[in-house]
Amino acid sequence: MLELLLSKYNYWLYVILMMIGLYAMLAKRNLVKKLIGMNIFQTAVILFYVSIGVKTGEVTVPILPYGHHHGHEQAINVAHYLNPLPHVLMLTAIVVSIATTGVALAVLILIYRRFQTLEEDEILKINQETGT
Amino acid sequence: MTNQFPALIIAVPLLAALATPLIGWRNSRGCYYWAVFTMALVCFFAIGLLRSVILNGPISYHQGGWAPPWGIEYYVDYLNAYMLPIIAVISLIVIIYSKHSINRELDGRQMPTYTLILLMITGLMGIVVTGDLFNVFVFLEIASLSCYGLIASGQDGAPLATFRYIIMGTIGASCYLLGVGYLYIVTGSLNLADVSQLIPPLYHSRVVLSAGVLMLVGISLKMALFPLHTWLPNAYAYAPSSVSALIAPLFTKVAAYLMIRVMFTLFRPDFFTTVIPATTIMTWLAVTAMMIGSFYAIAQNNLKKMLCYSVVAQIGYIALGIALANKAGLIGALLHILNEAFTKGCVFLVVGAIIYQTGDCTIDHFKNLFRRMPFTMGAFTIGVFSMIGIPPTCGFFSKLSLLMGCIVDRHWVFVAALLISTILNVIYFFRVIKVASFEEPEADYGRKEPYDQVRMEEVPLSMRIPIMLMAAGILLSGIFSSTIAKTILIHIIPAGF
Repeated sequence: MLELLLSKYNYWLYVILMMIGLYAMLAKRNLVKKLIGMNIFQTAVILFYVSIGVKTGEVTVPILPYGHHHGHEQAINVAHYLNPLPHVLMLTAIVVSIATTGVALAVLILIYRRFQTLEEDEILKINQETGT
Repeated sequence: MTNQFPALIIAVPLLAALATPLIGWRNSRGCYYWAVFTMALVCFFAIGLLRSVILNGPISYHQGGWAPPWGIEYYVDYLNAYMLPIIAVISLIVIIYSKHSINRELDGRQMPTYTLILLMITGLMGIVVTGDLFNVFVFLEIASLSCYGLIASGQDGAPLATFRYIIMGTIGASCYLLGVGYLYIVTGSLNLADVSQLIPPLYHSRVVLSAGVLMLVGISLKMALFPLHTWLPNAYAYAPSSVSALIAPLFTKVAAYLMIRVMFTLFRPDFFTTVIPATTIMTWLAVTAMMIGSFYAIAQNNLKKMLCYSVVAQIGYIALGIALANKAGLIGALLHILNEAFTKGCVFLVVGAIIYQTGDCTIDHFKNLFRRMPFTMGAFTIGVFSMIGIPPTCGFFSKLSLLMGCIVDRHWVFVAALLISTILNVIYFFRVIKVASFEEPEADYGRKEPYDQVRMEEVPLSMRIPIMLMAAGILLSGIFSSTIAKTILIHIIPAGF
């Protein structure tokens, strides 16, 4: 059991982070906290992707000294190189996550201008009082 | 020439969106003509692709010349070729319509609005055209982010509704991304066709099972399938009228397309029917969505809100057709996507016209509306007929096919549910028509001139023609539905049905 926990610790970590994010999004009543929860949720997915590209042992970054067209054709052992693809994918996902946060923050500013608060309970109360 | 269309259909609206600020630098109203021009071009590409697929079969486009599965492949087969013209034509019609509506509701903000609209269409086109799982995520987020921006520009309650949508939409996209990651762990590939060939031996691996479930949940969230629909009604109701007319017919349907792709192309149909009982759960959720959506729609007194709940109910129909996982059901779902695109486009345009002319869309204020806006309300009636399913509108044929799908598999409960939800549709839409045509205005309401003195106050021609086009689309897609089914839809049915 302990071995299962330790050998796959990266997955446990991302699951825990993800649940923290989910909890914050669903249970917190403050909209900024919800937004932070969303950020943690996205980061958990990013960490998961980054960790699956990692290999242990004698590995290095995948920079080959010679390309395929220089007459130095040689077999490449994949086990000696990290998998760069998940990391590259996550560059895009990080951009997406930043953009989402930016849009959400802008929307929060709009909400604050309208209601003068970011507590969901108070906003709902104001909505009920004005009848919308 | 056509072999470059899969790339152009993305590149043209994307570059046009980026160029919109330049166009709108001096005169922000010029953006409208720019958007119409771009969408006309995109329509040409989409219809060209459909024609080419029908004549020559599927098209595979390799981005940057990198062969799949290493490079990103744009793969257009019958299913995407069917979706592309729907998206392109609906958005062209709505954009033509949007001129006066956006000038009034979002004056001074035309430039950002049209930029976001074009970006969103790029995203929707991208989701449909790409054959790469990660690419789908990127386009999904492009479409969603521009959608958030568009909705947030709406009236009073819009920002809060948008924030909820952002939270839910991000959970959905992250779930999808996680599912893709799981598939990447076991297959080492992101190409849709490649992954679908690599995973069948691994169907009982827990990684693949969780990947399937995660992707399905993520897409259901974007599709607003019950019980994950809670973000939709407010977000769509508070958006500016042209924007809701654009996103209500398209966004959820593109998500439905993605669901068909994942369930029947990425995985083999038997994965979701037998390996995990996802389709059984989905059919029940779909039936509940039909019921709950219709009941909530009856309770609304605001036409726009009512239509938003109707979107939830109609998504139930599409999900039911997909989850039945048989030939008639899937054809019904695909026809219903087409039907819904035109119908919801039509009725949301009508709502926009009513708001433009009278300032609100509370149903009780609709008295004498048939007299005042005969063309608009005529188109609305056609839309209502299609939603209820009266021939020769497309709604009749899609519902008939869904009904056949239920009967073939002996799901009598679903047959009953389809019929009951149709009756509920009749109840809530005929209330609108009744108020608008038969009821005399009361004394306390501002307009109380005698019935025969009510003057016609139609919306401008640039709004009326798109509404008529949508109504014509409903009728034509109904009349030609068997042709569409025979030439296109029959090829979409996966093996094993």
